[in-house]
Amino acid sequence: MSLGSIFDIAGSGMTAQSLRLNTTASNIANAETASSSTETTYRARKPVFSAIQQSMMNPGQQGFGVQAGDDASAGVRVEGIVESNAELQMRYEPHHPAANEDGYVFYPNVNVVEEMADMMSSSRSFQMNVDIMNTAKSMMQRILTLGQQ
Amino acid sequence: MAITFDKALGIHEHALEARVKRAEVLANNMANADTPGFKARDLDFQAMMQKAQDNMSGFGMEKTHAGHMDTSAGVGDSDLMYRVPSQPSVDGNTVDTQAEQTRFMRNAMDYQASFQFLNGKFTGLTKALKGE
Repeated sequence: MSLGSIFDIAGSGMTAQSLRLNTTASNIANAETASSSTETTYRARKPVFSAIQQSMMNPGQQGFGVQAGDDASAGVRVEGIVESNAELQMRYEPHHPAANEDGYVFYPNVNVVEEMADMMSSSRSFQMNVDIMNTAKSMMQRILTLGQQ
Repeated sequence: MAITFDKALGIHEHALEARVKRAEVLANNMANADTPGFKARDLDFQAMMQKAQDNMSGFGMEKTHAGHMDTSAGVGDSDLMYRVPSQPSVDGNTVDTQAEQTRFMRNAMDYQASFQFLNGKFTGLTKALKGE
């Protein structure tokens, strides 16, 4: 019985989605953080997801007749967080304390509308993983009552 | 006549195992609903049951060498297939979240049914032992 691994899978999904929500929160919070140079300006951050391959987790099972990558993977993992390369917003605000010598201020390349959509998507996905965990839990509880009168 | 659990419990034991395995695969699909390039997978339940039934009817193959392939009733990875996507996506992901969730729920219900049958077998066995 491998019901326990469903908890790991759903858990990995929840971790990934909450990290995605975290980056979204950070992006929205910093959407209006002005800076005087392109290097120091905040850039939108995005997590990169990838599937965990089971064969990598337990290579001992790799035997004859079992090809690599033939089994279902075991959850999701965050490979890393990348910063967006989209162009920064340059605004002419000579009275801004962070304005450079030409009077320009740099604003982050955060697209708030996109971030809001991302937020909804990640919260839905998180919810779904919670649902799966709940179902797996009730399946497991049921198996414990096996053979009882 | 000795009571062997294999004979007493019938196919339900394998069905339950297959249901758990399928739940795992579907859960994995949904965990990777936002992973670019991930391909949704599923188990061929009918093929798995057929294999279990063939094995139970005595037509299973014996393993006499360590290098032999495992053809036992257990759930093998060969039953894992890729789902045909119903619509294309930009990032190459083929998980249809709603469809997967429906399948997962249905699988959980089928699991309950298999469990009910298995439990019935145990109840029967207990009754027979008690002789009440």
